[in-house]
Amino acid sequence: MTVPQTSVFGARFWIVFLLCGAVLLVAVPVMNLLAAPGSTFSIADHVIPLLGKYICFALLALSLDLVWGYGGILSLGHGAFFGLGGYCMGMYLMRQIGTRGSYGNAILPDFMVFLNWKELPWYWLGFDSFAFAMIMVIVVPGALAFVVGWFAFRSRVSGVYLSIITQALTFALMLAFFRNEMGFGGNNGLTDFKDLLGYNLQAKSTRLWLYAASVIALGLGYIAARAVVASRLGRVLVAARDAESRVRFIGHSVVGARLFAFTLSAVLAGIAGALYVPQVGIINPGEFSPANSIEIAIWVAVGGRGTLAGPIIGALAINGAKSWFTGIAPDFWLFFLGGVFVLVTLGLPQGILGLASRLKGMIGTPRPQAAAGE
Amino acid sequence: MNVLVARLLLPIFAALFWVLTAHAADISAPLTALSGDDFAAKVQATEALGAAGEPAAVPALKALADGRLYRNPADGRTLYSDPADAARLIDAITGQPVTGVDAASLDKARINNRLRGAITNALAQLTLFSSNPAERLAAAQEAFKNGGSLEALRRAAAAEKDARVVEALALALAAAELSQGSEVERAAAIDRLAATASPATRGLIGRVADDAQAPQALRDKARAALVSIERTLWINGLVANLFQGISLGSVLLLAAIGLAITFGVMGVINMAHGEMIMLGAYSTYVVQEAFRAFLPAGWFDLYLIAALPVAFFVAGAVGFALERGVIRFLYSRPLETLLATWGISLILQQVVRSIFGAPNKEIANPSWMTGGFEALPGFFVTYNRIAIIIFCLIVLAVVALILRRTAFGLEMRAVTQNRRMASAIGIATDRVDALTFALGSGIAGMAGVALSQIGNVSPNLGQIYIIDSFLVVVFGGVGNLLGTLVGAMTLGVVNKILEPVAGAMLGKIVVLVAIILFMQKRPRGLFALKGRSAEA
Repeated sequence: MTVPQTSVFGARFWIVFLLCGAVLLVAVPVMNLLAAPGSTFSIADHVIPLLGKYICFALLALSLDLVWGYGGILSLGHGAFFGLGGYCMGMYLMRQIGTRGSYGNAILPDFMVFLNWKELPWYWLGFDSFAFAMIMVIVVPGALAFVVGWFAFRSRVSGVYLSIITQALTFALMLAFFRNEMGFGGNNGLTDFKDLLGYNLQAKSTRLWLYAASVIALGLGYIAARAVVASRLGRVLVAARDAESRVRFIGHSVVGARLFAFTLSAVLAGIAGALYVPQVGIINPGEFSPANSIEIAIWVAVGGRGTLAGPIIGALAINGAKSWFTGIAPDFWLFFLGGVFVLVTLGLPQGILGLASRLKGMIGTPRPQAAAGE
Repeated sequence: MNVLVARLLLPIFAALFWVLTAHAADISAPLTALSGDDFAAKVQATEALGAAGEPAAVPALKALADGRLYRNPADGRTLYSDPADAARLIDAITGQPVTGVDAASLDKARINNRLRGAITNALAQLTLFSSNPAERLAAAQEAFKNGGSLEALRRAAAAEKDARVVEALALALAAAELSQGSEVERAAAIDRLAATASPATRGLIGRVADDAQAPQALRDKARAALVSIERTLWINGLVANLFQGISLGSVLLLAAIGLAITFGVMGVINMAHGEMIMLGAYSTYVVQEAFRAFLPAGWFDLYLIAALPVAFFVAGAVGFALERGVIRFLYSRPLETLLATWGISLILQQVVRSIFGAPNKEIANPSWMTGGFEALPGFFVTYNRIAIIIFCLIVLAVVALILRRTAFGLEMRAVTQNRRMASAIGIATDRVDALTFALGSGIAGMAGVALSQIGNVSPNLGQIYIIDSFLVVVFGGVGNLLGTLVGAMTLGVVNKILEPVAGAMLGKIVVLVAIILFMQKRPRGLFALKGRSAEA
């Protein structure tokens, strides 16, 4: 495995990056706002939040790829960080409802009034402030990842054991959030949001802005991930993936590199969750289900792990297929998804991007492969 | 001669007649009072009827409670209307239908809440003399819970023959003596109640201990009894929790044994393991339906036995195919095995959902597994739980035998410990791999037969157990049956002991967090493999 030695932020990179950004940030809104409804180029209003949702998933997949593709750590608990970020945003949105809830209570969300609670639990304090909520979106998943990672990497838990631990972690969180006593709305989660920073969430312009924010977040996340991967720390991360003991003996801090990548990855996942919630209008404990977290891994695998563009492509492709299948033949969706899991791991270990570069290698001059192996 | 006989018999008949009439006369006064206007007198009459223990009073009391009891102002007699036919009036004392009474002229007897309570008590006491033992038992238990007349209980206890009712009556009598008896009787009652430790006796004796009016000696005695009851209850609770923990542990163990083989021996993370359990449960369903459709009803109880080999072979065959078709290509890449088998599990779930539908399938317990017995006061042990514990131990023993005592087991262990060396001495490692995987899957299928007896059978069945069984294997130490046994039992018991303290869900969360922390200390489980194989 080699990391591309050419400048990671060269001219070619910026051209492609800005081109993709322009398509997503300019062309999509323009096609939504200006193209005549019904024409080939028109994007219907209801598609915008859907696209926004996919972009959030793409950021989530990117975050998992950072630890799995480059660090060799398959976290099956990334849904937990995504969910926690989402809950932080959801709590802010709940507090914005104010007296417009069914019970008209200015302080307490509906479900707390329903449960006969008299005052806001302490951990809800501060969430009426947007800035505080946004800090929490970063701090809560980051802190959890830091603590879990610190324990795990320090005692050299890795491979499938780490996968099982992280899976148990998200399972425990799911059970916890299902409890009404936790004060996060139990089964139903948080929903019935009204507005964000005073803008109505149902309004077309708000939806476009949320979509744009997701695209920008994805772009920034991509640049951050690329910078990390190209840095010295990124090299240690990749080296430890391929030969952990050797890196340790040379004197590099494997724990430090992994911990940094894992925490950063959790923060990115949390941001994705926070952007996801206002666009879909609900967050509930189902987001913590272990099945969700495994699905993220398949997005990454399909696109090509160990590449940064791969997971984005994979997330968009699989979720696009999901929407398409649930519209046409919902019963076949699980057959398809299951089949993808099997076929990609058996036949396409490097994913779509790996396949593309192999084809390219067959046609043109061979160039250093960017994808990672085991 | 005839005269002599007549002379001898006549007084006997006379006496008998007198006894009968006298007894009837005994309750005729309160029966007449029942339809009066004075509530206090009516309550008194009701209590008298209850204490008298004369079943003849039952219809009148029921009528009073239902508002069907009347006084005929013409002669002052108490009448009630037939519950089935309101126009038919019956004399409360004679029990005979009365005719020629104008229904409109009757005065209806009114009742209030105090009277209603008295009626309930009286009826409960009268049921003590019912001809149906089940009713008598219920009445005795009712009298124990809510108190009863000392006199009625004494008479009932003296007449009772049924052993279970005798026992219940003895408790009820002790409870009644504790509240109504003399000081000596109360002290004796404490002893008798304390012998049966239950939350109810604790409550009864606790009331005496807190009763400021009770004599000091009695209160001290009650306090001492309370301490011993508390201790017994605590031990009983512990035993009950322990049993439930072992029961849960055996379920976890059944689910995890197969995984211990595939994960432990082959290092394969089989996320479709839960679906093997699910396939076993659906095999049971199919066998059950086949027995219903094709075999005489008397054979139905045997379906479960027949389901075991079926489930073993169905799940084993799927496991074999899975290993040959997918897993063998991924041996060097454990994380990808995880993903591929997860995909398989999604497909298997959807296949089953397409064939059998999403709703739960109903699987009947065979008659020899239904029911249970009360092992300790308030703690029922069901036969299906016991059957599962025994079954799980048998499976464990058989697996241990296969691993330790057969040629196949020897090859399996050789491959586990050193794949290349095993291959070098002529063991066909991929045949061993495939058979091992089939064995692990088949055992999961048999676990499905057992689990179908205690839970819902749905396409998601496997998902319920997969995380728990992974934790059992990881906690116990990979590749170690003893570890799996200890891990399953520990998790089961800890879960059940935490449950009453923290609630079911919180208990589970605590256990999960504890395991996550434990894994930091011993990343490879309680009984970790040492040496070369640990570096696998």
